[in-house]
Amino acid sequence: MLFPDTVAIALGACNVMLFEVRDLKMYYEIIGKGLVRAVDGVSFSLERGETLGIVGESGCGKSSLALTILRLLPANAKVLGGEVLLDGVNILKMDLEKFRREVRWRRISLIFQSAMNALNPVIRVGDQIAEAIMIHDKGIRKNEAMKRVKELLALVGIDPSRAKSYPFELSGGMRQRVVIAMALALNPDIVIADEPTTALDVVVQAQILKLIKDLQRKLRLSVIVISHDISMVSELSNKIAVMYAGQIVEYGDIKDVFYNPLHPYTKALLYAVPSIRGKRRRLNPIPGAPPDLLRPPSGCRFHPRCPFKTDICIKEMPELIEADEGHFVRCHRFEELRGVAFG
Amino acid sequence: MVEPVIRVINLKKYFPVRAGLLDILRRKPRLYIRAVDGVTFDIYEKEVFCLAGESGCGKTTTGRTILRLIEPTDGKIFFKGEDVLNYTNEELKNFRRRAQIIFQDPYESLNPMMTVYSIVEEPLKVHKIGSKEERYDMVMRALEDVELKPPEDFIHRRPHELSGGQRQRVAIARALILNPEFIVADEPVSMLDMSIRAEILNLMLKLRDEHSLTYLFITHDLAVAKYICDRIAIMYLGKIVELGPAEEIIDNPLHPYTQALIAAVPTPDPEEKIGEIPIKGEVPSPINIPRGCRFHPRCIYARPECKVREPKPIEVSKGHYVACLLYE
Repeated sequence: MLFPDTVAIALGACNVMLFEVRDLKMYYEIIGKGLVRAVDGVSFSLERGETLGIVGESGCGKSSLALTILRLLPANAKVLGGEVLLDGVNILKMDLEKFRREVRWRRISLIFQSAMNALNPVIRVGDQIAEAIMIHDKGIRKNEAMKRVKELLALVGIDPSRAKSYPFELSGGMRQRVVIAMALALNPDIVIADEPTTALDVVVQAQILKLIKDLQRKLRLSVIVISHDISMVSELSNKIAVMYAGQIVEYGDIKDVFYNPLHPYTKALLYAVPSIRGKRRRLNPIPGAPPDLLRPPSGCRFHPRCPFKTDICIKEMPELIEADEGHFVRCHRFEELRGVAFG
Repeated sequence: MVEPVIRVINLKKYFPVRAGLLDILRRKPRLYIRAVDGVTFDIYEKEVFCLAGESGCGKTTTGRTILRLIEPTDGKIFFKGEDVLNYTNEELKNFRRRAQIIFQDPYESLNPMMTVYSIVEEPLKVHKIGSKEERYDMVMRALEDVELKPPEDFIHRRPHELSGGQRQRVAIARALILNPEFIVADEPVSMLDMSIRAEILNLMLKLRDEHSLTYLFITHDLAVAKYICDRIAIMYLGKIVELGPAEEIIDNPLHPYTQALIAAVPTPDPEEKIGEIPIKGEVPSPINIPRGCRFHPRCIYARPECKVREPKPIEVSKGHYVACLLYE
């Protein structure tokens, strides 16, 4: 059973899914070199109040996926197939002006990676958030917008009087809270958080993760959290998609994926990460490096690094199939490799 | 008694804060950032000793001061019994060969204009070691040691043609080529992807065994510290608040600050979530370090005496020291 079909069947049975990505393909065109297959057939869905974690190594296409959804791609990026459905409407086909007015920030917003770079250093943080509100809500007056700013700051745990502060007057953690407040300014349904806690200290990181979780519950947000750090992602998510070389290789409920990983790459990732709990055990790095997406390997993209590869893995690209209920994997041999550790 | 490779006694480094014209006219006293405010520890041969703490706690300054990349304000540093602060120029040059550093960001610590070969060869030229042919052999061996194989494939590349992990290997090869005895590794894996960290950490452990290296490993990541380090010292605002064997510090933290740090670390287990973190507020400025125990404004166990009396490190169990009045 193919993944998109499964979703289609599920769709028939219930109401329209809040958010769905179907077989999305986005390639970057490099003149004289060809196409970089950054997002190559990605499908997932998101319901209200759910948090989906997307994990993968740098260059696996996870940030490109976010940029595609928000239509923030550079000029050389080409969306070559697939759909991004918000309440059943394909937002990639929508008129850009309409998308800007009605979808970006109002329905889907983004928590930027580096709070220092995301904020304008010479504008007071309150004014920056107000600006985001006023651009989208033409009728709103400045003092109403400022009232909303103060509510937002209180919501993310900052004393509303700090609206008058400049970014440099705030600590790293507080700046990240401002960036989160800005993402929530227009009451979006979906928030995409791309590495929301890199560059933060561990105590501050924990506080920000807690804040995102609290807000998600309070506002019934759907969150897509993108990171290379599986510990951080596991803290927030109830579903997870593991990305490798532009594709989702495993997808499902986070407990299924973490406790019963099916794809060799997922198994390898889980073995490569140190944990603060439990006995010290030797980490097994994943041999090799991720492939060049200009010339991805034939067949299964992970085969050059996979100790379990056979002829079929080199020849044929596996489909993402439903191995167990709600647990999808893109591997020819997952069935015989159940319970087999990587390496 | 075994002589430690590195002995640091009451090391201090204060950086003066630039004073404005008004402050000078008003004859305000000069302010100092007390980045390192009296740290004492030994590092033994073939040990991986970790300095851990949040940004601004003084761990990097401590590492650089030990190598005399920064001159200390006060305190003593000994390298195999020799007084590092009293080195003659000749001895200092020799020390610079025997003690090396690996930086955090391999994107910034390697010159983008140089090839891998000239990056790794450069320390040999600086120290005038070997003929051209000998240097070639040494570079190739260093690249093999860091598992950039075959080295012929890498010597003509420039840093931008390498992955993050490969770059950090080049940085390690450059540190290794002078056959050092002691290496300061300042957050060597924090810029790297989770999946590559294991590779670099395992490589560093392998090199420790093969070359009898001693490491000062600086990190903010306690999961990494637990994996690679033999002993961990937790720093807060320029002072060591707890020091002991790695597993004991992580599994049985005694200082309230260490407990908070460990409670805040996420685990790769979806069933285990971060709970309440037992800490208040934010790190104060190292210009105005709180009186008494410097952690007391953030400590949930603070008592009146914590505001006035500075705790001294006491040995609670063998080799496990904590500086907290709760244990005095």
